[in-house]
Amino acid sequence: MSIKRIGVLGAGVIGTGVAQSLAQSGYSVILIDNDETVLEHALKNIAQKSRLHKLFAKAGNEIVDPEVILQRIQTSSDYNVLSDAEIVIENVTEKWEVKKKIYPQLDAICLPHCIFASNTSAIPITQIAALTHRPDQVVGIHFMNPVPLKSVVEVIRGFYTSDETLQVVKDLLTNMKKDEIVVNDSPGFVSNRVMMLMINEAIFVLQDQIAPVEDIDKLFKLCFGHTMGPLETADLIGLDTILYTLEVLFEQFNDTKYRPCPLLKKMVNAGLLGEKTGQGFYSHYHV
Amino acid sequence: MENTAISVELRSFIARYYRADLLKEDDDIFAIGFVNSLFAMQLVLFMEKTFDIKIGSTDLDLNNFRSIRAMVQFIDRKSAEATSKD
Repeated sequence: MSIKRIGVLGAGVIGTGVAQSLAQSGYSVILIDNDETVLEHALKNIAQKSRLHKLFAKAGNEIVDPEVILQRIQTSSDYNVLSDAEIVIENVTEKWEVKKKIYPQLDAICLPHCIFASNTSAIPITQIAALTHRPDQVVGIHFMNPVPLKSVVEVIRGFYTSDETLQVVKDLLTNMKKDEIVVNDSPGFVSNRVMMLMINEAIFVLQDQIAPVEDIDKLFKLCFGHTMGPLETADLIGLDTILYTLEVLFEQFNDTKYRPCPLLKKMVNAGLLGEKTGQGFYSHYHV
Repeated sequence: MENTAISVELRSFIARYYRADLLKEDDDIFAIGFVNSLFAMQLVLFMEKTFDIKIGSTDLDLNNFRSIRAMVQFIDRKSAEATSKD
């Protein structure tokens, strides 16, 4: 199947990155969000980030003019424009209540052969697939942040995901110059099941005043060779998404080790969500 | 802006992410390993806003941002370009 038109649902941090990365790879993208202001902000963000992309481009990577990237992205708040998409990549808020309303709608609107890829952080793909009449065409694609700069993706095979669906996803990722690691379905898959615990514990360490923010991150960067420390990573992902993902893991495993740190809850309530709001564990410049 | 003042501004920005007090003017911030994409993007936006310069596509070369000294020289050059166009 030759994919040309791809729907990206949800224009938050990760959805915006997915749209940018797809457009950079030459795909025609329909970016959907309920909120027009979010869509406007997403386009501004893509213009800014794709301008700065050159700074990190590795040898051999084609640099695409930000104008060209924007021309390839159509935005809308109406799900009906997804009726001719061949793949829909869903990036809505990491809450079951939100996701469970969306998939039956997509199932009714989209082409019968359209593949649904959920870019969920922790909700099992099999549980999402059960909301549709096409469970073999539902797969998890867990893009890493910032999407245009990350060359490896975690792909999740749900209980009913077919080999054909996996192949389409692999071909798509190859065109996006990304490799994949395929894992089986489970809450949080591999990456977030481990990483969310690490970030949560780093926030507990901060709350208990064991070390200041910069030192916690520096230990991971300078001692373990991580590119970013856990608190910087939390700022990049968005503290709300971290909290929602921990809540999903907590609920799915019924295990108290996933209980979110009270400081994380307090910061989310205070609107200190990280890069996207300009303030999290660090201060950020708004794009 | 004086070069020393530029250097102080840059250091105060870097200090939000890292302990910048030990950083020498010529230390390669990429080689030290504390630079990631989030930091680098923030740095470019900070430089544009604080020093009122426009960083164009051809300027987006890591060599312009490699050390405090390289950044000061780059800002100097961009400011001079802007003034000569006025």
